[in-house]
Amino acid sequence: MSASEIAERVRRGETSAVDVLEEHLRAIEECDGALQAFLTVLGDTARAEAREIDRRVGAGEDPGPLAGVPVAVKDNLCTRGLPTTCASRILEGWLPPYDATVVERLRGAGAVVVGKTNLDEFAMGSSTENSAFGPTHNPHDPRRVPGGSSGGSAASVAAGLVPIALGSDTGGSIRQPSALCGVVGLKPTYGTVSRYGLVAFASSLDQVGPIARTVADAATLFDVIGGHDPRDSTSLERLNPLALARLEEGVDGMRVGVVVELLDGADASVVKRVHEAAEALAAAGANVEECSVPELGYALPAYYLLAPAEASSNLARYDGVRYGLRVDAPSAEAMNGATRAAGFGPEVKRRIMLGTYALSAGYYDAYYGQAQKVRTLIIRAFARAYEHVDVLIGATTPTTAFELGSKVDDPLAMYLSDVCTVPTNLAGHPAITVPFGADDLGLPIGVQLLAPALGETPMFQAAAVIEGAAPAAALPQICASTIGANQTSTRGER
Amino acid sequence: MSENTPARPERLTREDAAYVARLARVDLTEEELDLYAGQLAAVLDHAAQVAAIATSGVEPTAHTLPLRNVLRDDVVRPSLDREEVLAQAPRAEDGRFMVPRILGEAP
Repeated sequence: MSASEIAERVRRGETSAVDVLEEHLRAIEECDGALQAFLTVLGDTARAEAREIDRRVGAGEDPGPLAGVPVAVKDNLCTRGLPTTCASRILEGWLPPYDATVVERLRGAGAVVVGKTNLDEFAMGSSTENSAFGPTHNPHDPRRVPGGSSGGSAASVAAGLVPIALGSDTGGSIRQPSALCGVVGLKPTYGTVSRYGLVAFASSLDQVGPIARTVADAATLFDVIGGHDPRDSTSLERLNPLALARLEEGVDGMRVGVVVELLDGADASVVKRVHEAAEALAAAGANVEECSVPELGYALPAYYLLAPAEASSNLARYDGVRYGLRVDAPSAEAMNGATRAAGFGPEVKRRIMLGTYALSAGYYDAYYGQAQKVRTLIIRAFARAYEHVDVLIGATTPTTAFELGSKVDDPLAMYLSDVCTVPTNLAGHPAITVPFGADDLGLPIGVQLLAPALGETPMFQAAAVIEGAAPAAALPQICASTIGANQTSTRGER
Repeated sequence: MSENTPARPERLTREDAAYVARLARVDLTEEELDLYAGQLAAVLDHAAQVAAIATSGVEPTAHTLPLRNVLRDDVVRPSLDREEVLAQAPRAEDGRFMVPRILGEAP
């Protein structure tokens, strides 16, 4: 069942939030041994939240648009009094003293937080293999990665353990795992969703967003978590465009650009699916043309200087003083160095060193300063493209899901899987991935739609059309009965 | 390439890696240094592509929003509970975080 169906039935009193929750807790029990999508399952607090929803429905109240909907939350979002590890030993056992704004908004809309999902440590990675607590597996082929860093959230939604989940996206960490797991994932416009309570990785790039099995559910979740938050100084002081209300308006007359740079080097099967999705938009009345934005080729090297630079600064706070791990030593400085050596995994250490180097005297202008100027060039290039089109379309990832272990020893090869997603983060724009068929091995392929800042509404409309035209998807190998035979029919409805 | 485009920096050495690890307060083993120095040099070789891009007269972008200072009214409001925050610290005493001594001599 989709999130909207669950909420509708709970609001009408046709099913109880407690029954819905128990069904999903059973699904987690059945499937998560093989998936390892969850770091913490919140059985007791979730049951209390579900009972409260049912009490309110019984009292004639409306708990909201996510009434009784079980939601999984990436474990870099703070949950008061409940473990929030960022998949790092350095935060093992930490209990945050406050909730992230997005978690408050979920509960305010009637959602039930069922657990915290696995990720690459501090969201640094593209496979969820950088988790200190072991990798998550792809539900379509457990020998393969689910993508990352929001791999736990994407896998849990794909396998039906929850209908919707929250992820975070700094360079593709919502869209890439969503594509590899065959679900919908949105990276919203920077500033539309509060970052208060999101553990910072690269503050000028990080954004929280929804992962769902349908475009409509992603729109519903985006409408719930979006909007101004005075506790985040980068939160936009304007009303978010509500995506769900205008989802079905179609793409007649919409101008769509197929970006050649977002297909360069992609697998033939991926390129073919992107063209089919573009044809579906044309068949629905959009004006589709090919376009070139050569500056997108600069995005990956610029990103892998800017993001580690911001990370090296943000992660300075893990010093063994105020929270998390401490390794005792005779002096404060020795304690800092020993704590960070024991608490951080290899990828986090590499990024901290990369960022520290890019910011250090003698290299600042050549690396960090130059990357910031290149960021301006990328923003200008997008602006030129959007003079002629409303949305852009391309691949989300150059390949389908790769095998566990195949890239862990080669950081550069791993980074290259973000080549299609990082430009959006550098520009602060929104982008969404929609599942569209599979490759010869049956592995899901995602098609990516991009729009200018605050262009979520037309982007969602195009996403809905693509979803409606998508080839029927095979069920994942690891799959709970919460989706089962329903999935194909749900896809075909629109 | 424009005049003010910085020159491509030299390749990262093992000594450079040891130096940034010290700056970043991460104690690395000899094995880690060997491994990371090579990996970081490879990533930096790729990243150094940005040095070849003409950026004469281009302003840097630090973030994408047209924001300057964001101010709120100066009103008293509840903050996090001190005991609840200190309860998460590795060590605390008398309402404060406890750390090892930070000066060379014993108190």
